[in-house]
Amino acid sequence: MALSFELLQEAVLFGVLLGCFYAAVSIGLSVSFGLLDVPHVAHPAIMVLGAYCTHLLGRYGWDPIAAGVALMPLFFILGVGIYRFYYETFEKRGSDAGVRGLAFFFGVAFIIEVGLILAFGVDQRMVEADYIGRSLAIGSFRLPWRMLVAFGVALTLTAALTLYLSHTFTGRAIKAVAQDEPALRLMGANPVRIKQWAFGIATAVTALAGAMLIIVGPVEPSLDRVYIGRTFCVVVLAGLGSMTGTLAAGLILGISESIVLMTFGASWAPAVAFGLLLVVLGIRPQGLFGR
Amino acid sequence: MIPRNARFWTGAAAVIVLAVIVSLSRANEYFFFAGFVVLQSVVLATAWNILGGYAGYVNFGTAAFFGIGAYMAVVVINATGAPLAVQILAGAAVSGLLGLGTGLLTMRLRGIFFSIATVAIIFIAETLITNWRYVGGATGIQLLRPPLMEPFGSYTRMLFVVMAVLAVIAVSIARYIETSWIGRGLQAIRDTEEAAECSGVPTLKLKLFACTVSGALMGAAGAPLPMYLSFLEPASSFSLNYSVAALAGAIIGGTSHWLGPVIGAILLASVQQIVTVTIPGEINVLVVGVLLVVFVVAAPDGVLGLLRKLRGKLRRPRAPAESPS
Repeated sequence: MALSFELLQEAVLFGVLLGCFYAAVSIGLSVSFGLLDVPHVAHPAIMVLGAYCTHLLGRYGWDPIAAGVALMPLFFILGVGIYRFYYETFEKRGSDAGVRGLAFFFGVAFIIEVGLILAFGVDQRMVEADYIGRSLAIGSFRLPWRMLVAFGVALTLTAALTLYLSHTFTGRAIKAVAQDEPALRLMGANPVRIKQWAFGIATAVTALAGAMLIIVGPVEPSLDRVYIGRTFCVVVLAGLGSMTGTLAAGLILGISESIVLMTFGASWAPAVAFGLLLVVLGIRPQGLFGR
Repeated sequence: MIPRNARFWTGAAAVIVLAVIVSLSRANEYFFFAGFVVLQSVVLATAWNILGGYAGYVNFGTAAFFGIGAYMAVVVINATGAPLAVQILAGAAVSGLLGLGTGLLTMRLRGIFFSIATVAIIFIAETLITNWRYVGGATGIQLLRPPLMEPFGSYTRMLFVVMAVLAVIAVSIARYIETSWIGRGLQAIRDTEEAAECSGVPTLKLKLFACTVSGALMGAAGAPLPMYLSFLEPASSFSLNYSVAALAGAIIGGTSHWLGPVIGAILLASVQQIVTVTIPGEINVLVVGVLLVVFVVAAPDGVLGLLRKLRGKLRRPRAPAESPS
């Protein structure tokens, strides 16, 4: 259990890579749940769905990242559809939307998971690409290329979404709808259309996150269960809807998980995210970088 | 007219007597095997409804309380070899404590935050059990069934009767809560927590009470599981399927009345059993998810709500059309 300095260094380094990846898989939720207040517990399931779609395209020789990008428009439409449906059935009627909305998304997540089991079986699936399986040696460290690729895409994605939300007209409208919906309505804007657009973007980003998920490691249909903890941990820790906070929270989770992995072993790792989540919820529900 | 209370208790006693009679008959062994699962889901859905239906706190953590109940039974078997009744009491006690702990930890949380915290409890409980060698760790533990008790012909038959008794107890507790001031307080919390607090409803105490009772009942439902399977391992004992089934049972039946979860759970679990026998694979699990989504979207008040609507229509047949405008 004694942790040498080198081992700690390696754990932190790996944790940084892992953390950026966690930030990227959570950023869609940061928009849909953090900004739009939709109780989107099906987010990890949609991500796993994205990973399986990437796997399917991979069979036809697609590179996983190209596949992820190609899936984004499709998932955008899916997201718009989901939000439209959610709005019409729950949000518009108002009463009791919380309980029913939660049950609805929980059910949807479950349907996606079982659907994937029916279509692909419970075996693990993976993709093939040049950068998977090889690693980069820097000094005494060996960094797997798949983590580096995920790291790069994650950083790009986070930066792009942050810029989009703060610098474009629609992006700022999305933030405005999160801050004060009635005021936006008084300005003559249609909050439902903005939210629909935002939810579409969140879902499109989740498709790319799914592609990274399958690059980082093999996926199985029930993988979404663990990621409920990881993604919500990151989003809550970040303070709802904060993009830079999401990156910082991802790093905190990634480094803690990586250290626990090296000291206590793999069987304890899944509990880290959930433990951290409980601590944050118990002590500071508004998160570290909360509004 | 018989008073409602007497009617309920007659019905409850009838269910237990019926379960005993059937278990002594020569019915097919599979009936008890499936019946146990159906009754188990009645207990789980009823327990879920105490917190989720009356107070409006959506608990995704049924699997945690259920699994801890099952593993407490294993601890009791390992340590003392005490009989089933003691195992159930131990499972209920520890899961009740876990419920209380959950309530204390999450007392400031509402809506989705509460729900996500309960998912976290499943995974933390599962990780702890997976790393605990004494109860078998990740590989699971094989258990020997004790010798049969007279007059039951097989162990599964006895467990069937035990589960029937547990179901009756769970429903009686839920009915008591619903009809007493506790239930009215929980409903006030569900409607508007601030207003309830301001009107003098002890919201925190009631929430903790509901968490504890709900957790304890789920634990009691889990305790007979090791003996039913004569094998226990963490991944399937803490399966999210239990959480979905409990929630779906209550919502499909209707959450406002104690009868709702009973109807919903029986309906859902029976359909699942039928599908399991007829179609191989995971379709039986898919049914739960699909029915849950369909009901939550199309019939939010569940089967009870549909029945009420139907009765309303039968009583006033085309009344508005006949009245002159």
